[in-house]
Amino acid sequence: MKAKFLVPLFLFLGLVGFLAFGLTLNPREVPSPLIDRPAPAFTLARVDDPSQPFALADMRGKVWLLNVWASWCVACRQEHPVLVDLARQKVVPIVGLNYKEVRGDGALDARGMALEAETGLAIERARRWLAEHGDPYTLSVLDIDGRVGIDFGVYGVPETFLIDGDGKIRYKHIGPITPENLQQVILPKLEEVRRAG
Amino acid sequence: MRADRIRLPHAAARAAALTLALWLSPATAADAPAADVAPTVAADPRLEADVQELAHKLRCLVCQNQSIAESNAPLALDLRNQVREQLAAGRSKEDVVDYLVARYGDFVLYEPPLKGVTLLLWGGPAVLLLAGVGWLAWRVRRRAVESAAVAALSEAEHARARALLAGAGPADVPPSSESRESRS
Amino acid sequence: MIPELGHFALVLALVLALVQAVVPMIGASRNRLALMAVGRPAAQGQFFFVAFAFACLTWAFVTSDFSVEYVALHSNTATPLYYRITGVWGSHEGSLLLWALVLAVWTVAVTVFSRHLPDVFLARVLGVLGWISVGFLAFMLVTSNPFERLLPGAPEGRDLNPLLQDPGMIIHPPLLYMGYVGFSVAFAFAIAALLSGRMDAAWARWSRPWTTVAWVFLTAGIAVGSGWAYYELGWGGWWFWDPVENASFMPWLLGTALIHSLAVTEKRGAFRSWTVLLAIGAFSLSLLGTFLVRSGVITSVHAFATDPKRGLFILFLLVVVIGVSLLLYAWRAPRLSGGGSFAFVSRETALLGNNVLLSVASASVLLGTLYPLFLDALGMGKISVGPPYFEAVFVPLMTPVVVLMMFGPFLRWKGDTLGPVVRRVAPAFVASVAIGVGTAFAIGHVTPRTVLGLALAAWVVLASLQQLLARLGERAGASSAARLRGLPSAWWGMWLAHLGVGVFIIGVSLVGSLQQNLDVKMKEGQRAELAGYTFVFRGVQDAPGPNYDAARATLDVSRGGVAIATLQPEKRLYRAQGMPMTEAALDIGPFRDVYVSLGEQLPDGSWIVSLYFKPFISWIWLGCTLMALGGIFAAADRRYRKLAERRAPAAAARQAA
Repeated sequence: MKAKFLVPLFLFLGLVGFLAFGLTLNPREVPSPLIDRPAPAFTLARVDDPSQPFALADMRGKVWLLNVWASWCVACRQEHPVLVDLARQKVVPIVGLNYKEVRGDGALDARGMALEAETGLAIERARRWLAEHGDPYTLSVLDIDGRVGIDFGVYGVPETFLIDGDGKIRYKHIGPITPENLQQVILPKLEEVRRAG
Repeated sequence: MRADRIRLPHAAARAAALTLALWLSPATAADAPAADVAPTVAADPRLEADVQELAHKLRCLVCQNQSIAESNAPLALDLRNQVREQLAAGRSKEDVVDYLVARYGDFVLYEPPLKGVTLLLWGGPAVLLLAGVGWLAWRVRRRAVESAAVAALSEAEHARARALLAGAGPADVPPSSESRESRS
Repeated sequence: MIPELGHFALVLALVLALVQAVVPMIGASRNRLALMAVGRPAAQGQFFFVAFAFACLTWAFVTSDFSVEYVALHSNTATPLYYRITGVWGSHEGSLLLWALVLAVWTVAVTVFSRHLPDVFLARVLGVLGWISVGFLAFMLVTSNPFERLLPGAPEGRDLNPLLQDPGMIIHPPLLYMGYVGFSVAFAFAIAALLSGRMDAAWARWSRPWTTVAWVFLTAGIAVGSGWAYYELGWGGWWFWDPVENASFMPWLLGTALIHSLAVTEKRGAFRSWTVLLAIGAFSLSLLGTFLVRSGVITSVHAFATDPKRGLFILFLLVVVIGVSLLLYAWRAPRLSGGGSFAFVSRETALLGNNVLLSVASASVLLGTLYPLFLDALGMGKISVGPPYFEAVFVPLMTPVVVLMMFGPFLRWKGDTLGPVVRRVAPAFVASVAIGVGTAFAIGHVTPRTVLGLALAAWVVLASLQQLLARLGERAGASSAARLRGLPSAWWGMWLAHLGVGVFIIGVSLVGSLQQNLDVKMKEGQRAELAGYTFVFRGVQDAPGPNYDAARATLDVSRGGVAIATLQPEKRLYRAQGMPMTEAALDIGPFRDVYVSLGEQLPDGSWIVSLYFKPFISWIWLGCTLMALGGIFAAADRRYRKLAERRAPAAAARQAA
């Protein structure tokens, strides 16, 4: 008879357990469903030489990082030194995906701008930024309209994808890379992927 | 409720007829001055209605908790455009939803898909309802049985009281069963 | 200096809350009148100091004292005075102070209006309220001090979130908190009853008006909040099933169940342990809502800044308050069985049925709100649960509630025979179904949802009329005015609130079925047509406000050549935060709203304008108003005012216990 009256208490305590665990989680981080799936194919113009296209397939056989960035992205500036450092050590090739360089910048009004003009401005801005902050990228490509970003499930900048030799996405890092999560998560993951490959 | 928003071809006329009936005021069809008619934002209003309906069911990932229809975040705008383009290209709503789920996961869906991990979510209310109604039926049955027992008891008491009173004389008998019921 | 005084007042309030929490409780357990008598002055003193602190914070806002961090973050010298004042509760710290103030107001109200309560009982009620107050004041002082200084002071403040700079936001939080926190009184009565083992009709009678008044506030608060969302968010939605909305809706559902359960406990002595559980549950859900809004475990439009430390503190508070009360419940409730007996077909069963359904609805909203968190915690992925889910779940659960709601009053207490009752209500029921189907065809929108909604609404209205006529028929001979007056206030309360549900359903169904909207690109002189209305765009002017710049469009609305309104929607840019806002313009009518919001300007100089036609939408809030009004009538019933003289219920109660 008495056990019956304890039911609400136990239900409540179960709920508290979840709520307590919930405090340790970040509700805004959305894991990618693309993990262990082939990265979406794309071919985009390079920042250093727009006449030269770069395709996902060009990296076949290599384990590499795809880093989504833009000059207007404040958090990118924060992670940039980490990337520059990483590039100097030549641990892994990093390809930059310059995401909506012009139309993503809230301070600019890009409506009505012709695509050529926008591309030109994007290249200029991207180059200037890389010259100023250092260029850790093997190469960077232009995702003017953010379409490739959508294909990759990008919902904020910066984001970083670890892609293996078969062209599969093996890991996605959301937000700026810090020295800590580079050492503790990304590099070990890279080792693991290399060993498996 | 928003999901119900459906544009029937004659909805405007019918709505007007209804309000007319309610107001009992004559409202003839507008013979408006020949001012310019403003163009609709969507080239194809029918398509736009579909876009809006679908957009209301898709979550904006960068916002706190808004659909891509409500949000003005750049990503929401991009995704709305994606939805529009794909629907315009003749793909079905399911295709568009699958496209977004493949990239962003089930998180983009405000209507969670029915699968293993959401079984409890979709079935939960029904289970709770069954449990609640079951408990209710059990409670009420037990109560009814008790109540019948009480009634039988009070009937017996009645008889006993009547017997006692009959022996004691013609006293003013209070309606015992009534008063007990109303005060307990 | 004044902020320090405010801070100090909060500390004093905490000390007095501790006194109020401990001393009367000891007095009650040892039966020492002197100790019990401490509760009243301690509660009133605590109120004074919390109110003083609140006044100090308000002063800091009014004088734009940006050396106070909270003021610097949520005010600006250009903010109009009234929004500087409401900015006090514009964010976490200040709204917590409002929470504490509202609790103190309720506590003082208990000390003033409950003089007739037995001393021991009142002492325990005040003790419980004191503990809640201790928890929240400590929470404020430890993690969220609104008087925290910013040194050196900021030269200018960051301004209140523009979304909150709206008349609706002035009254929404105080109303909502009066409701939320008001359930603490019902909770305290329940805990005091569990402690004293006194859980009888008299207890139910004492709790009822408090619970009803809190419910009225909560109803009004939710309604104002949804009205605010309707015109402020710019596209005419009125309910979004956002976690924060759910956080206020769950206690409302359970509070509604509690009101009805209390009615049975008062009238029939039945459902006692269930009523106690509902009283604990309603307040627990209020606390849970506070946790959800302030801990950051769930993403919501309205959530305050995330801070896990605060989350941990409230969680701890939750565990103590709810855990202890549920433990007490498990210990004491087994004694509470019994009570008035009733048959299967009886008003008790109908009420209990609705109680179960409302509780299941509340639990389902909870499930939907927390399910993403459950999955995430178990590492099973991230999902979103939004309006489509809640609508799919809620409508089937609420339909029987509405049917039973109108059926119940036809049934007699204790037991009834189904046959005659069914024969009595059958005509209204059949007519409702016919009206539902007929109206749906008439408006050309035949979907199951529309038919169901209209039929339910018709059922509520017809059955309400039938109940009114039946009640009036009971006193044949008297004049009809006398007969209307002769009905008890509590009966009118029930009648109005139930009718309000019907009116609400009419609004929801018709706006859901018939609303229309159109997005157009307008230039000066151009017109657009929607639902028989003609909108002529008269251009856009600059209309700078005190702390924002705005573009204000003017549209002439006419119908059939007759001018109806001139609407002036605005697009504002709030200077301090650089945040754009759309201010919709509405022409509100009894049978429809016409709603216009101004979008972006396009490169060719035209403006995007969204036009909305919202039939019967104001009936949603009319329904809520009727429900709240019903609550006021119910709480104002004469028998509560005569309580002081009447000791009779206590006698009856003793027998029942």
